[in-house]
Amino acid sequence: MEKQNRKGWLYLLPAFIFLGVFMIYPLVDVFVYSFEEGYNSASQTFYDTGMYNYSYVLHDPYFLQAVKNTFILVVITVPVSTGLALLISLALSSIRPLKELFQTVYFLPYVTNTLAVGLVFMILFKKTAYSDGLVNLLIHWFGGSSVDFIDGPYWAKMFVLCFYTVWVVMPFKILILTSALASVNQVYYNAARVDGTSRFRIFRKITLPMISPTVFYLIITGFIGAFKAYSDAVALFGTNLNAAEMNTIVGYVYDMLYGDSGGYPSYASAAAILLFAIVLTITCINLLVSRSHVHYS
Amino acid sequence: MERQPDYNQIRKSAHLRRIAGNVAIYGLLALWAVIVLFPFYWMVLTSVKSYSSYNAEHVPSFFTLSPTLQNYADAFTTVPLGQYLINTLIFTVITTLIMVAVITLAAFAFARLEFRGKNLAFTLFLSLMMIPNELVVITNFTTITNLGWRNTFIGLILPSVTSVFYIYLLRENFAQVPDELYYAAKVDGTPDLRYLRKVMIPICRPTLTTIVILKVIECWNSYVWPRLITDDPDYYLVSNGIQEIRENGFGRENIPAMMAAVVVISVPLILLFLIFRKKVMEGVARGGTKG
Repeated sequence: MEKQNRKGWLYLLPAFIFLGVFMIYPLVDVFVYSFEEGYNSASQTFYDTGMYNYSYVLHDPYFLQAVKNTFILVVITVPVSTGLALLISLALSSIRPLKELFQTVYFLPYVTNTLAVGLVFMILFKKTAYSDGLVNLLIHWFGGSSVDFIDGPYWAKMFVLCFYTVWVVMPFKILILTSALASVNQVYYNAARVDGTSRFRIFRKITLPMISPTVFYLIITGFIGAFKAYSDAVALFGTNLNAAEMNTIVGYVYDMLYGDSGGYPSYASAAAILLFAIVLTITCINLLVSRSHVHYS
Repeated sequence: MERQPDYNQIRKSAHLRRIAGNVAIYGLLALWAVIVLFPFYWMVLTSVKSYSSYNAEHVPSFFTLSPTLQNYADAFTTVPLGQYLINTLIFTVITTLIMVAVITLAAFAFARLEFRGKNLAFTLFLSLMMIPNELVVITNFTTITNLGWRNTFIGLILPSVTSVFYIYLLRENFAQVPDELYYAAKVDGTPDLRYLRKVMIPICRPTLTTIVILKVIECWNSYVWPRLITDDPDYYLVSNGIQEIRENGFGRENIPAMMAAVVVISVPLILLFLIFRKKVMEGVARGGTKG
């Protein structure tokens, strides 16, 4: 038995070492950092402990801007992408010819490099001195006037960011929803058809309750994912997100840690913990709300 | 006499309604397919337009009559795109190999071996799944910097060679292998490691393949950690490479060459996906995130 004990832990050892060094220790350390005031990464000294880092971060206009951007992004993209994915999955599950082709095409954004394809979006939306870009061409066709989506007004930049985020997250949602829809027992639909129930009523009274756990799962992961948005914004607006007014909370954390305004791991830690607190709160609210709306069979 | 309902009329209108419904459904699906595919079309199209013809277009044109591969040559000669690709390949292969070894051993311990503290350790592992990367990245950055591992492959690779979630996924699969096989092997005096290699891994190959594919996608696209850890272009991965190209590469205006680089970066994963389509989609449905 003693030998078995040693062997078991021996097999776990590599995983434990890596997790200990790169997850458990940092998790403790990030809280320590966040309370160390005036930490200097060169000399590794600090002069006091307290809440100053949090107060600094909460009064930093860049952080407030990042929080605002992140919340707008979350509030727009989560409902839009979930709703759109539901609509597309319903359409997908009601057809037979070409279904596989559509599924394959819809999945493509998942396997692309966010930074690389973001560059394509930037070019599609960008307005330069010599060309208005493709999206503006479309706007012209419909009689609008051109807008610079990359360096222009705030709402335009936010629109591009939301659009790209939805484009990126859709494959995952469509995939999960399609398989949830496929697993609904056909018996319910047949019974409803015998009763002559309308399509909309079938959707509301059968489909939606049956897939509600999946929808809810997507909403929770969607919230968490959208709160951590960062690379999409970098892909569109470049690394200096503060200048573009398009920073996100995660972006703020990394900027504080490293980059032009970097070198402040304490501020970064405080911001990261604030982000984690926000995400945790929202997830708890989601869980509470779901109790009355989700039907687990 | 009671009037007979006109069955023909009813059938016809039902038929029409079904057709209209189908048109709407296919219309919606086609529209989204266009939105998904268009950026890919545009990047390929732009990458084969010549620099001068692209810049001469005040109104972007939807096709080109004189495609050129010059931009691809530029992408490999003017900027070190080849270097970025090789770096990413090294990073991806080594990270995936180490990770598979680490998680296989851990999953085997949790699924098959009996030892004191196993349940406690497993609970601890599971609770680690909830920890967001953003919280730990700050200290990891400091750790790697203090070890002097910035701009090295070790620094890039080590923090991402374990995944609690994949250990969990693999353990669940290992646990399904019947105990009898293990006892039979024990009676024959087979060592555990050999049993793992000759029995467990072959049986659970589908799950391992899924994990490998997901990890490869993750590695190929990783951006945040490589950006923190490397500032020497010799160690850039493709994501950072493309950012570098965008900011100081060809000169900001050479969009066609940038698009050629984007195509080169995107193609490997798209090919991987098209070859292993079923596996990738199954894998993501079981354990993917990003959404």
